[in-house]
Amino acid sequence: MKRSGLKTSEPVDDLRLDDATAVRVRGVSKIYGPDATGVLALDGMTLEVRRGEFVCLVGASGCGKTTLLNVIAGLDAAQAGSVEVDGRVALLFQDAALFPWLRVEDNVALAMRLRGVGARERTERARALLESVHLKGFEHAMPHELSGGMRQRVALARALAQDADILLMDEPFGALDAITRDLLHDELERVWQQTGVTIIFVTHNVREAVRLGDRVAVLSSRPGKILERFEVPLDRPRRLEAPEVSELAGAVTTRLRQEVRRHAAGR
Amino acid sequence: MQQDVDAQHDAELAGLDQLDVPIRISEPLGRRIWRSIWPKLTAVGLFLGTWQIVFLSGWKPPYVLPSPAAVLSELWTDLVAGEIASAASVTLRRAVVGFTLALIIGVLIGLAVSRNQLVRTAIGAAITGLETMPSIAWFPLAILLFKISEQAILFVIVLGAAPAIANGLIVGVDHIPRLWLRAGRSMGASGFAMVRHVILPASLPSFLGGLKQGWAFAWRSLLAGELLVVISASGSLGVRLDQARQLADAEQILSTMLVIFMIGVLVDALLFGRLERAVRRRWGLLDTR
Repeated sequence: MKRSGLKTSEPVDDLRLDDATAVRVRGVSKIYGPDATGVLALDGMTLEVRRGEFVCLVGASGCGKTTLLNVIAGLDAAQAGSVEVDGRVALLFQDAALFPWLRVEDNVALAMRLRGVGARERTERARALLESVHLKGFEHAMPHELSGGMRQRVALARALAQDADILLMDEPFGALDAITRDLLHDELERVWQQTGVTIIFVTHNVREAVRLGDRVAVLSSRPGKILERFEVPLDRPRRLEAPEVSELAGAVTTRLRQEVRRHAAGR
Repeated sequence: MQQDVDAQHDAELAGLDQLDVPIRISEPLGRRIWRSIWPKLTAVGLFLGTWQIVFLSGWKPPYVLPSPAAVLSELWTDLVAGEIASAASVTLRRAVVGFTLALIIGVLIGLAVSRNQLVRTAIGAAITGLETMPSIAWFPLAILLFKISEQAILFVIVLGAAPAIANGLIVGVDHIPRLWLRAGRSMGASGFAMVRHVILPASLPSFLGGLKQGWAFAWRSLLAGELLVVISASGSLGVRLDQARQLADAEQILSTMLVIFMIGVLVDALLFGRLERAVRRRWGLLDTR
């Protein structure tokens, strides 16, 4: 298992910029529990993500999405295969996972503090980041005073505060209402376009995946591996209710249902 | 065109945020204080009334059970003369020293147990065992070890309070949502930084519960200690109580007991109660009233 370029930020030469790979996962397998009787969560997972690309992973339950993100983030080790990550990784969860004892601003600043950024710079950058996710005026609020959507935007600012090149998002909008989710799609797309980060976005929601992704990969369940990839050649900004989005989402859903049916047959 | 769309998006987001901000209804300070005080005053009134009725019934002679008025006037006289202040200051100083020691030891043990599985297996159960052990049972050993001295009292305070403090911290650490640890780790926290920035603050509510309980244990052990390990020259609250018993001075017994009770209540309410409420409010675990 190899991890490269996690801590060191190498000088970016033109060659890399031209056609760089941000994340390369090759033949990764992960078993929970003892090898013989354990649960196989990932089986020879292979995934390549280009720098600046927005990739969505969709799958039913048991497709090992969270495991995959953990392995890419280096929070979990795989038994087989290699993971190469070029750049700093930040994670976003379904729950914003803000720390309730810190003000909004300090939640964002903590990510920088843990990397040794000075106090003044932390505050300045935290405020700028909060402004960039349209939360100016809420710097001194406590997390519990915010709505779910606002908390997710703070979490996004916190992820950006880690100077992340790659955002790993684990169903981040799964618990939000439809209007908020719609607006956060716009917001995330805008942040992605402005910062040029690479995003790997896991979701159950096929429409959401087509709305956001450059590519959508459908995962199998138990064990997880990639079944099929869909390119999304639609212009941005997209709208969730656009007919082209629905059409492609239909095709993806068909494939996903096929996979779910396979499990019923195999029982 | 694109700018219009952006402006629309910004306005929608800002509108939604404003709708999500809770509306706060504030109450005038005077009414808030009155609302929290009148039930207490009523309870005190009922207590004194019952006492007065029992006194008037002649169940016990006045030199055994004096009237509330007699006890309160004794209390007032001793307060004005400064006797109570000097006795309370001796006892409170011991409480502060003993509790501080218990705090340091309790936190160290609590952290060791909660962070290390081996230490937990070895002494985790013993801590709960110590917590249930009546502190008075320690005094024979304490007197053997330290003679009739202040150290003997402090020894028992620490043994009474430290396990409660350690347990509060252990429970707090055990109940930290794994997501917070994962978030902390993904932000690059590990080792001491993880303890300092995630684990300790995350366990604070339960830790404060432990401190509260630790204080109750410390105060109880301390008074038991002052009655058993009588250092007459120190003039502590315990010594006052002991002298009053020897002189069969019921008024002084009751007035000293009132002082002991009031100090326990005040420290709990003004120090630990406030801290706990402040933390709960900050975390959003309390109605914002």
